[in-house]
Amino acid sequence: MLILECPYCGIHAEETELHAGGQAHIKRETVGADDAAFEAYLFTRANPRGVHLERWRHVNGCGKWFHAARSTTTLEVFGTYPAQTLTPPDDIRAAITAKHPDWSFEGWQGAT
Amino acid sequence: MSNAVSALQGVSSAGFATVTEAGLRGMITLRGDHNAASLRQAVTDIVGVDMPEVRRCTRAGERAAAWMSPDELLIMVPYADAPDVVARLSAALEGMHGLAVNMSDARAVFMVEGTAEGSAREVLAKLAPVDMSRAAFTQGMFRRTRLAQAAVAFGAVGDDAFELICFRSEAQYVFDLLSMSAKSGSQVGVF
Ligand SMILES: [Zn+2]
Repeated sequence: MLILECPYCGIHAEETELHAGGQAHIKRETVGADDAAFEAYLFTRANPRGVHLERWRHVNGCGKWFHAARSTTTLEVFGTYPAQTLTPPDDIRAAITAKHPDWSFEGWQGAT
Repeated sequence: MSNAVSALQGVSSAGFATVTEAGLRGMITLRGDHNAASLRQAVTDIVGVDMPEVRRCTRAGERAAAWMSPDELLIMVPYADAPDVVARLSAALEGMHGLAVNMSDARAVFMVEGTAEGSAREVLAKLAPVDMSRAAFTQGMFRRTRLAQAAVAFGAVGDDAFELICFRSEAQYVFDLLSMSAKSGSQVGVF
């Protein structure tokens, strides 16, 4: 059972109160983007075995979207943080690299 | 003027806890910046209750303000007062990014109360992914969650008494859920 703390209402929400929203921190391509960039934005997603950054919504709760950093293999949660950010905050990165010293946000963004 | 009725017109059931539809209730969705002075003052002056903290409900008589999300409150007043309160709240919010809407007829309200036979906490604990222990869910707390498959919000109005709000269209489903969960003989006895 996955439990994530909603950064808005502070509830330690069990999975059934949440709705998964896929990969976080995707850059939106729009008018002017070439075909390859637009295709990658629409269809290409990281599928890492290990640390992943995801979007979740506290759907049966305060209704807000937030971000979560967790491991897809161990289900360890490194932390959750508000949706109003383009990159993970320092404390989240520190919690990840404490366990996975080689991990970097830039490396994760490049993963496919 | 149409004759307003609540979703289940005061239906009740008695098991180890009682479940009662509370009847008509004025309910107003108030959206806006919780830190804005005009919104906070509207809650204290017009509704007449303290501004609620996160996941709490403040009450004064029949009036209440419940925290729904970082930009939403649920204001509860007597049913007949709702249009007037909406008008006054809307006037108070003028010029800011906010909204007050009368949602009274879109929702249903239930009371779940424990008896000597069993606890109301258990009725909810069977249905919602929420820690209902006395230490965790104390009086004045309020939260949104799900009850089986229905989105609901509930708050503790006493040690073993809860007020629960759901969509009107799901009122029968929610009443049936609560009644079944409270069925005599089905108590687990953990609270
Ligand atoms: Zn939340």
